[in-house]
Amino acid sequence: MLQDKDRIFTNLYGVHDWRLDGARSRGDWDDTRAILGKGREWIVEEVKQSGLRGRGGAGFPAGMKWSFMPKEVDEKRPHYLVVNADESEPGTCKDRDIIRHDPHKLVEGCLVAGFAMGVHTAFIYIRGEFVREAQVLQAAVDEAYEAGLLGKDACGSGWAMDVVVHRGAGAYICGEETAMLESLEGKKGQPRIKPPFPAAMGLYGCPTTINNVETIAVAPAICRRGASWFAGFGRENNTGTKVFCISGHVNNPCNVEEEMSIPLKELIEKHAGGVRGGWNNLKAVIPGGASVPLLPKSTCDSVLMDFDALREVKSGLGTAAVIVMDKSTDVVAAIARLSKFYMHESCGQCTPCREGTGWMWRVMERLVRGDAEIAEIDALLDVTKQVEGHTICALGDAAAWPIQGLVRHFRDEIEQRIVDRKTHSRIQAA
Amino acid sequence: MPKLKIDGKEIEVPAGLNVLQACELAGVEIPRFCYHERLSVAGNCRMCLVELKPGPPKPAASCAMPVAEGQEVFTNTPMVRKAREGVMEFLLINHPLDCPICDQGGECDLQDQSMAYGVGRSRFDENKRAVKDKDLGPLVETHMTRCIHCTRCIRFSTEVAGVEEMGATGRGEHMEVGTYIEKCLTSELSANIIDLCPVGALTSKPYAFAARPWELARTETVDVMDAVGSNIRVDTRGTAVMRVLPVLNEDINEEWISDKTRYACDGLRRQRLDTPFVRRDGALSPANWDEAFAAIVSRLRGMDGAKIAAIAGDLADAEAMCALKDLMEGLGSPNVDCRQDGAALGGGARSGWLFNTTIAGIENADAVLIVGSDPRREAPIINARIRKRWLRGGFKAGVVGPNIDLTYSTEHLGAGPQTLKEIADGSHPFCGTLKAAEKPMIVVGQGALARADGAAVLAAARKIAEDCGAVTDDWNGFNVLHRAAARVGGLELGLLPGMGGRDVASILDGASKGEIDAVYLLGADEIPMERLGKAFVIYQGHHGDAGAHRADVILPGAAYTEKNATYVNTEGRAQRGRRAVFPPGEAREDWTILRALSDPLGCKLPYDDIFALRRRMAGISPVFDEIGLAVPAEWGAFGTAGAMDDASFATPIANFYMTDPVSRASETMAACSRAVLGLGREATGTDG
Repeated sequence: MLQDKDRIFTNLYGVHDWRLDGARSRGDWDDTRAILGKGREWIVEEVKQSGLRGRGGAGFPAGMKWSFMPKEVDEKRPHYLVVNADESEPGTCKDRDIIRHDPHKLVEGCLVAGFAMGVHTAFIYIRGEFVREAQVLQAAVDEAYEAGLLGKDACGSGWAMDVVVHRGAGAYICGEETAMLESLEGKKGQPRIKPPFPAAMGLYGCPTTINNVETIAVAPAICRRGASWFAGFGRENNTGTKVFCISGHVNNPCNVEEEMSIPLKELIEKHAGGVRGGWNNLKAVIPGGASVPLLPKSTCDSVLMDFDALREVKSGLGTAAVIVMDKSTDVVAAIARLSKFYMHESCGQCTPCREGTGWMWRVMERLVRGDAEIAEIDALLDVTKQVEGHTICALGDAAAWPIQGLVRHFRDEIEQRIVDRKTHSRIQAA
Repeated sequence: MPKLKIDGKEIEVPAGLNVLQACELAGVEIPRFCYHERLSVAGNCRMCLVELKPGPPKPAASCAMPVAEGQEVFTNTPMVRKAREGVMEFLLINHPLDCPICDQGGECDLQDQSMAYGVGRSRFDENKRAVKDKDLGPLVETHMTRCIHCTRCIRFSTEVAGVEEMGATGRGEHMEVGTYIEKCLTSELSANIIDLCPVGALTSKPYAFAARPWELARTETVDVMDAVGSNIRVDTRGTAVMRVLPVLNEDINEEWISDKTRYACDGLRRQRLDTPFVRRDGALSPANWDEAFAAIVSRLRGMDGAKIAAIAGDLADAEAMCALKDLMEGLGSPNVDCRQDGAALGGGARSGWLFNTTIAGIENADAVLIVGSDPRREAPIINARIRKRWLRGGFKAGVVGPNIDLTYSTEHLGAGPQTLKEIADGSHPFCGTLKAAEKPMIVVGQGALARADGAAVLAAARKIAEDCGAVTDDWNGFNVLHRAAARVGGLELGLLPGMGGRDVASILDGASKGEIDAVYLLGADEIPMERLGKAFVIYQGHHGDAGAHRADVILPGAAYTEKNATYVNTEGRAQRGRRAVFPPGEAREDWTILRALSDPLGCKLPYDDIFALRRRMAGISPVFDEIGLAVPAEWGAFGTAGAMDDASFATPIANFYMTDPVSRASETMAACSRAVLGLGREATGTDG
């Protein structure tokens, strides 16, 4: 269990002051100039050594991503940092609390990460629905400017750094990094085709890095306390601390910062007060936000919460949003609701996702009622395979995986429902 | 030159290609819907998926993937096949499958590709999506339920046409392609989206439910609606021209044509002259050829040649103009002119009346000065080329004349000759821009030349071209933009006043004063007919337009789709038009009429077939021997330096949709004038 001294987000619950003074008292902005003084390469190397993997869902090594940015800054093509605060993944609410209660961690992170990549302008793209959070974040940025921590000479380092808070308009797809760039440019939020990758051609055609709020917010702490300190948590290749969002049928839903690779059961029992009605009342857990396949109780008993362990059980860590479902849950209906979400949020640009998400949702709705043939389960599975991997962005995969997980683990339940309905209608007819 | 392996076959391709293009080079066809060579890559249909090594274990969109050294491409693996079948199934689940009543049937990409990748039966048991149709104006018919969201139309209108009027609204399966606020497209190239649409979502409104592609006979020929000489395909059924489509020609129109080129063809069925007419007792009455010829001969025989004049119109073909020239020579008349609008062109060096840069050459230019021209309406295809060049960046455009939206950013320098004078004497800042440019262009339009001081304007433009380095050994940036398909052919043939001859203005003057007794109008309709006075007027043409109304004898000729004829475009490129249908009724190919008439007039023309006539034409100008080529012109003297008037340059085209007898007779063009330009619309109670 993570000790209090090792927590990065010391005001995750908002009990302390989020403003600059409060943040400073918790160690933020403490001699940031010295960190910058160690140079760009040092910061990138430190983040690489720490093993920090992107906290937005895909888990791409952050240090490596930063090192993809051109070493020299072309005068005509400035570098940009875009912070993805468009947190819309169902079940996920960590970035929201970080911004609400610890915004200076993010603002300082923008400076440190931005400096490391030769960036003078960072954009924080915040979800439109986060009205209060955007106000807090803007206030924190304003405070930082006023205190000389940002601006022409950020923290007295001689580095010019601007941070712009940009509010989205409430589209899930704008959380996809290239759709976010389109949206920032004032266009319709639709993902771009890759290559070219944003590090080569990003915002306004310039080299750009897009990182999650949490990834950026932990960067100063890593630089301050050392890569080895951060790498000391979790398993190899899955290091560091992580904010988990536990929701659903638990006694005490919460956000909690914990060590990576903590067993799922321990996470739920220690921090969320256990599953409603006891561990044996557990039916399934979605371990990483709506887009990863769910896990049945048998797997939950022993699985570790990190990228590789969850991948081994054909799921994923995603945003580490743990959605707990007890035995009262109609798991088919739950996944059908997620299918509806993906249908609603598909941008409509590419064929498999535009047409497939609606189709999958409609079949799911019928499966909830049992109004289908058994063979349709396989057809549905086939459709998910036709969407998965064939789309421009990962939304198609995200729509397909929950259904694949459901069929993998709860096929008998779906089939039973179909059989029951047929029997029922036969009895009624008789 | 990266080397890659496509389905095991090694091939070396130019760098910068995408995998799809490389596959095409290797002879492997890749199915696609959204990809189009002339538009930006969208990568959204997902039909062109291929397997790549090295690469992730999932198929990649070949249209969006650049080729790389050592790449291995697989286009026929189970993974690829399955992926394409999946995409096809998705495209079809919400497609209405109403092919039997769809105008695209028989030439539909979706239909064709579903034969290869469609699975026989549907697994989709849900309701299909229905989308409300949009009103895009009188040209483009929409059936939006059929739309597969490839966004080609959006990309075309944004990129090529330069009107940001189309887009997608809504998200996911509710995404709809349209104009947001319903309106008709305000582009002269709008109907090209019909050709681009891979399904039947955008079809041709005037052609709706008219014919099936397999019923049509196809004839590749040349357009005459402007001086561009766009290559077209005329599709006919029986004696009727059903539609006009573009034909690929990289040097001229690429694969676009203007809306007028495409849709004026319904004017070929209305107001046609299908029999000779002779004016008897003040009224025109139908006659046969003998009567018509007799009426002409009785007036012309013995008439002093100086009292006879001839004017060739905007749609005349080179063969007819050559025959007219020879006939007038036979009659001893020096009063011949092919410049209805009175433009001060011809006489000097060839380079003084040609678009010397060539249309394809526009792409090498880096600055342009447009003088008294509205290329967007006079030659939309050329304007699209200029826009294409402008989109690449590093291109400056300045305009002297009316300040109009040309779909690319221009600097409005001034309205008339005063500004031109400043540029010519170097005192205008744009002169510096032209001088700094490596390959500057000057485009002089008919708005600047068809006026009394036209020769002086031409001379000033010539001076600018020389002073700014627009004419070098390997670059000729001096251009005259014509708007009549016949004009350059007429100039090449020397259809100009002979020694002591009269030009158009002088012919009209003479006719109204009684000095000219007979005028031969070869399809000339754009002159003030009331000024022909009491002269005996012979009108040879195909439409009952202004000239026919004034005529004393009408000789029915053939329209451009009805004759084998030669046209020279503004670049000086001679092209052959081919007969798609026969002329209606008694109408004949134009040169044969002149040849037949020459006999009773006593000056029999020395050619009995079109080959002999074409040899005669080639004798006058070698251009007619170089079919399809823009023969470069030597730089030489032209224009007459002199004082220029202060009046601003005018735009010669008030209504793009109605510029000649064919388009004036077209119902579709009339509908466009009303819908797009708001012309001829009757006022309603809400108009105040």
